[in-house]
Amino acid sequence: MIRVVLPHTILSPLFSFMDSAILLENVSKKFKDFVAVDDLSFEVKAGDIYGFLGPNGSGKSTTLRMIMSLIQPSSGSIKLFGSSLAENRSEIMKKIGCIIEKPDFYGYLSAKDNLKLFARAHLLNYSKSQFDDLFSLVGLSGRENDKVKTFSHGMKQRLGLAQALIHEPKLIILDEPNTGLDPQGIIDLRHLIIKLNKERGITILFSSHILSEVQEICTNMVVINKGQVVVQGKVDDLLSHENLTVKLEVVHPKECQQLLSQSKWASVMEVHDEKLFVFNMGKDEIPEMVEFLSQNKISIQRIDYRNQLEDYFLKITQS
Amino acid sequence: MKEFAAILKNEMIKTIRRPRSFIGFAVISFICLMLQGAFYQDGKEILATVTGQLDNVFSIQGNILNGNLICYIVLQTLIVQMPLLVAFVTGDLISGETASGSIRFLLTTPASRTKIVLAKWLSGLMYTFLLLLVLGIFALFVSRAIFGVGDLMAMNSEGLTVIRADDINWRWGSAFLIAFLSLSVVASLGTMLSTIMDNSITPIVTVMATIIIFTIIGMFDMKSFDLIKPFLFTTHMISWRSLFEDPIPLNTILFSCGVLFLHIIIFLGIAIYYFKRKDITT
Repeated sequence: MIRVVLPHTILSPLFSFMDSAILLENVSKKFKDFVAVDDLSFEVKAGDIYGFLGPNGSGKSTTLRMIMSLIQPSSGSIKLFGSSLAENRSEIMKKIGCIIEKPDFYGYLSAKDNLKLFARAHLLNYSKSQFDDLFSLVGLSGRENDKVKTFSHGMKQRLGLAQALIHEPKLIILDEPNTGLDPQGIIDLRHLIIKLNKERGITILFSSHILSEVQEICTNMVVINKGQVVVQGKVDDLLSHENLTVKLEVVHPKECQQLLSQSKWASVMEVHDEKLFVFNMGKDEIPEMVEFLSQNKISIQRIDYRNQLEDYFLKITQS
Repeated sequence: MKEFAAILKNEMIKTIRRPRSFIGFAVISFICLMLQGAFYQDGKEILATVTGQLDNVFSIQGNILNGNLICYIVLQTLIVQMPLLVAFVTGDLISGETASGSIRFLLTTPASRTKIVLAKWLSGLMYTFLLLLVLGIFALFVSRAIFGVGDLMAMNSEGLTVIRADDINWRWGSAFLIAFLSLSVVASLGTMLSTIMDNSITPIVTVMATIIIFTIIGMFDMKSFDLIKPFLFTTHMISWRSLFEDPIPLNTILFSCGVLFLHIIIFLGIAIYYFKRKDITT
């Protein structure tokens, strides 16, 4: 019998793609009598971007802190890249980067000196050009030598991201990374997360209250409430593209109402204050309606639909 | 080992570059220079008043107001202040990071919590050593430069002891080592409280209150206090004074050093035990 042994370096990317990056099994956390996380189990597959959602007080931050070993679970097991966090913490932490809530640094040190501390703790010897690249990546070029106490919250978030990336982790945990970022910062962060995932294959677990961002970025999601998983799966599978709430405003509402009341959308239409048209329809029908209106010379002022994830999130967390 | 060296270096950089660390150096330098200036101006007069009573019994010759005497007076003056300066920095070592949130930055590195506490404790000891070094430079060497070298007339509970100038350097060296051991107890207590509390002020105030209360208990000769005095670290912190007695009570000094060392082990042990189990919820 011929046995072919492939080098580990060839096999590992394949296995890492298939393996789970995070595996929580029956994890609970009690603070005295309060159960913050209750028998929580979920898996994050390597190579994906996961949204981690839940209302305030649902146990999200406690869960993320347990994964980052900032909080000890009361029971259950946490595995990262197949290794037990309780037994191999040091090795595991070399593979993880994170921003847990707002990133806090040493205000009396410069941004670069703060990152040097973190690089040294990871036994990395960063060159000037490597630091320059990192600062450029997070949009902080030119501010490297400024004291962190002069930074705005958004700049600290960017520096937090640089700190999370400095040791080239395989998994990044981002807890509310959008907080304090300006609109451009949010867009930049979105592009960066997608880029890191696509180009470097970094697994990302992303928690945010901006559901449109989660929907835009994440391939999978886990929703928890009262310390338990409510739903988990692929975003596309979970979010139906049917039954959207579509809002329409036009220049001449009366003519529009007359036209639409004789159209196929009459049964799914409501008129508010004689000027706002609200439809319950599928996403695919929107272009068709827009074309119909323009053919009939109805000028549209505004058309939008509520974020699907918002509706879905409210439905499952309130039920 | 490499990892521990790296985080120790980080902690030392942070300790040295924190603005509050310089307050201790500034206070010590200021107190020393202030006392030296006062003694330079009025020292002979003050000393004449003190030694005037002895003139009928002893014949005092040579330079009594010398650098050794000034250093001895400065050390006696700073018996309470030095521990407070140490507490000011070490009481904040971990709790300050917990309060500011940078503890999350620290605890998401590969280093274990035991290593982090040890590195912080060692950086606290380094700061304590530097404080003593500055004190030694100003109190002893600057005083000697200003007032010259001579025999030391040391007043203690047993009376007056004169220590010859050529027999004093080793005593200063040993006194500073014992002072370092004593202040290390304060640094360890500060580190321990710093792991338990989540704000930076309470551990500092608690260390200061402990030192003040223990020192007050030590000042009174009362039977009920005598029972607890041997167990108070402040009782043993002043054992460096015994090096300026003749003969030197070596056994008493060694016992005190043992008690101080034991306190360090206990405080550090509790700090590590507690910090390893601590949930970072801030």
